[in-house]
Amino acid sequence: MNNEPNIGPHRDDPDIINATGEWSLQTAQACIALLEKAPSQVKDIDGREILRLDSTGAMLLSQLATRSGLALKEIDVRPEHQALMNAVRQLCETPPIVRKKDYGFRKMLERLGFAMEDYAKETLALVGFGGLSLQTSIKTLFQPRRFRATATFHHMEQVGVDAVPLVLLLSFMVGSVIAFLGATVLKEFGAEVYVVELVGIAFLREFAVLLTAILLAGRTASAFTAQIGAMQSGEEIDAIRTLGLDPIELLVLPRLFALVVMLPLLTFLAMMAGLAGGMAVCAASLGISPELFTVRLHDSISVTHFWVGISKAPIFAVVIALIGCLEGFQVKGTAESVGERTTSSVVQTISLVILLDALAALFFMEMDW
Amino acid sequence: MNTDDFAISVRGLRNTFGEQVVHDNLDLDVRRGEIIGVVGGSGTGKSVLMRAILALRRPQAGHIEVLGLDVYSEDSKARKKIETNTGVLYQNGALFSSLTVEENVAVPLKEHYGDLPDKLVHELCMLKIRLSGLQDSAAEKYPSQLSGGMRKRAGIARALALDPALVFLDEPTAGLDPVGAAAFDQLILTLQRALGLTVFLITHDLDTLYTICDRVAVIADRKVLINAPLSEVEKFDHPWVQEYFHGPRGRAAQGAQHLLEK
Repeated sequence: MNNEPNIGPHRDDPDIINATGEWSLQTAQACIALLEKAPSQVKDIDGREILRLDSTGAMLLSQLATRSGLALKEIDVRPEHQALMNAVRQLCETPPIVRKKDYGFRKMLERLGFAMEDYAKETLALVGFGGLSLQTSIKTLFQPRRFRATATFHHMEQVGVDAVPLVLLLSFMVGSVIAFLGATVLKEFGAEVYVVELVGIAFLREFAVLLTAILLAGRTASAFTAQIGAMQSGEEIDAIRTLGLDPIELLVLPRLFALVVMLPLLTFLAMMAGLAGGMAVCAASLGISPELFTVRLHDSISVTHFWVGISKAPIFAVVIALIGCLEGFQVKGTAESVGERTTSSVVQTISLVILLDALAALFFMEMDW
Repeated sequence: MNTDDFAISVRGLRNTFGEQVVHDNLDLDVRRGEIIGVVGGSGTGKSVLMRAILALRRPQAGHIEVLGLDVYSEDSKARKKIETNTGVLYQNGALFSSLTVEENVAVPLKEHYGDLPDKLVHELCMLKIRLSGLQDSAAEKYPSQLSGGMRKRAGIARALALDPALVFLDEPTAGLDPVGAAAFDQLILTLQRALGLTVFLITHDLDTLYTICDRVAVIADRKVLINAPLSEVEKFDHPWVQEYFHGPRGRAAQGAQHLLEK
């Protein structure tokens, strides 16, 4: 027998529709075409010759029935299809609401508004969290026994010592790139020897601390968020609270302190590696010997540049630690939320570090330091 | 009985993880149109068995047929037939978190029947969402906005999207409160009756076994010990089975069932 779905007038009464064949998801296209051609006035639908019926077919038939104003019982099907037909007809009585999705201007405004509100809340939360951490650290200052030394040293190793090779390698590379770049431009004026100043000032003032902070923002802020976020979704933070412990003291202070100590140290290493990179390029392709490089560095670059650069390190450390931890605390339950917050913490720390660096550059320039 | 009457037929299945043998020479038959409950202690490999049947994990040895087709065959037509005829509800729903409930249900429809008109896809999605006992308003929500029970219902709606003949449920009532669990049992039963499904149900929930399962398969000692109606399984002489069905929880579930029958 033919499996194609079909409808036609019943042999006894032309007002009754006789549906045959297969009415299923596989033949849905054909079924829809048939229903469009179906007469609008129907007394009854006879589906006893339907060979295969699934919920799609049942839905399409009941749409026809609803269109013709038939009552619940007026589709006859084989006994094995009856339960399905009844269930589907009941559900199809009220047509589903077709809600148009708004992708237009209003939606854009709405999203912009939400984003602004989120941003404001986030900023407020960060300021509050910073205050809370400051308060807790002052309290700990008066009760040094509450300071978690083991945790702090553990984090120092994780965020500081473990990051040394990466920081050294990348700073060396960037240092040599800057030397190359400077050499190409300065050669035009026969002033290759100024490459030393270029690399020196660039690294001592800006690049070492910026590079290190950005590396740690990617490496450490994300780790803090994921660690605390996983604890949050595993209800560990709640357990800490109900045990009468302070999560800030337990989780935030060791991380904050470790970063504040380690970031300046890493920055110093980055400065040295950057200078070494510049020195290597100078020696290899510009004919400036390491001795000349060192002497020139010593003569023409004041130590202020070093202090300007390194003074920014603790500030960046606070930013990275606070945002990393705060985002961790804002994780809500699910695994997706951990991922979302981790991304957000890296994005926020990197942008805030660069923003602060720009402001600091302006400030130091105005101060003539 | 003809082999065509079996929705799932597993022969000589062997699954190992390194040294550890999970299944050895395991046989299992599931008849068409029945609800089979698979029980076993933790670590007996209920989920591993399900994954092997779903071709998610190739076993070390054995032959598995679903709807008369070899699940590990290289024939892509056979594979597609199996894929479009099986629906799975994972333990936590495994909904795609970036899509709304309706979009989740639409995923298999758009993948396998891409040329259907949008209106029909929408209507089908809403039908499946209603079939699984959710309100229309749930359609536009994201999985993270749903409760555990609703997420499972949304998972069922997605599993039913293609009108499969065979549905796998991995601990459908785990994590639901007793009222929600009982309602979910009823939902499974109703759907099975209405859509003529074959249901492969992994569960720890004795109430589920007593209320909706036609047959129960017990996995222990790396095999299916017994695959029979519950009344026979209860009498089976094996320490784990006796402990399971005649421990305090088993007795409570039996008692509740007898009360219901009266």
